[in-house]
Amino acid sequence: MSNRTKLFIPAAFFITMLGLLFYGLGRDPSHVPSALVNRPLPEFSKPALLDEMSTVDSSELKGGIFLVNVWATWCPTCVAEHAYLLEMSQHEKNVTFVGVNYKDDVGAARDFLTQRGNPFKYNLVDADGRLGIDLGVAAAPETFLVDATGTIRYRHVGAIDNRVWAQTIEPILAQIQ
Amino acid sequence: MKRAILLPLALCLWLCAMAANAAIEELDFDSPEQEARYHFLIDEMRCPMCLNANLSGSDAPIAADLRAEIHSQILEGKSNAEIIAFMKARYGDFILYRPPLNPATTLLWFGPLVLLALGLFVARRLLRQQRFQPAAPDLSLEEQARLQSLLNDEDSPAS
Repeated sequence: MSNRTKLFIPAAFFITMLGLLFYGLGRDPSHVPSALVNRPLPEFSKPALLDEMSTVDSSELKGGIFLVNVWATWCPTCVAEHAYLLEMSQHEKNVTFVGVNYKDDVGAARDFLTQRGNPFKYNLVDADGRLGIDLGVAAAPETFLVDATGTIRYRHVGAIDNRVWAQTIEPILAQIQ
Repeated sequence: MKRAILLPLALCLWLCAMAANAAIEELDFDSPEQEARYHFLIDEMRCPMCLNANLSGSDAPIAADLRAEIHSQILEGKSNAEIIAFMKARYGDFILYRPPLNPATTLLWFGPLVLLALGLFVARRLLRQQRFQPAAPDLSLEEQARLQSLLNDEDSPAS
């Protein structure tokens, strides 16, 4: 290597570091990779939210595509995304929407769904957040896409909106359908 | 007079004690060894919601839930390794404050060492180059004469 080319080594190093740091700057530090993607949906048997006498069992969630949404009435982001989920549940006939009412007041949750509409075919109560821990939930809202084999294919932290649906959920649904 | 000071002081202390009680959960353990393990685990694990707090230092609801989970698993007789595996299966490596050594974290563990080695190598090269460089070029006769006269000037008292 000639001395002239050697002079460019610091510049190349600088530009590489610049690129690396710029890449780091654009990343969302709160985005934590999920340990559950490509793993089966955890098994559970939880009381149904709208019918006290019955339970929802994980064995019922088989053989189709499921969107499992972890929500609560005390969570403002969940309240904000509710209208969009309601709209999408009417649009996407191939996807079964499942609501996990997470550490919530059951009465308030029932009232909420009665007044604002119910996007979920299955509604279950996770009163102590135990199912939340099994799902690796850090805070509501979180949403999981489960394929026909019962495998979690995607986990979304935060609200689902038009942009998230078009950019992330739509392509995954196309892939797993 | 004394009582007038003592009463607010006592109230103050009592309120402080109340606040301290609120922050620390009272937990029962079968043995001091279990309690030590509990504190070890909640110090080693990160709160999944907060970016930089461990389970023991976080007020987030999920941190409280996970502390309770660890507590009950310890009472069930689970080992540290089993509890860590349980948490890792749900929250991934992120739950561990000390990242494990695996292909994805190689850069994290060894990157600084590589950079240090690189820096030492460059510094050595630069120092060596400097040593071989000739000293400042010799002065010409004319320049030496000028230098001498300047030095002489300095020696003589200022006019």
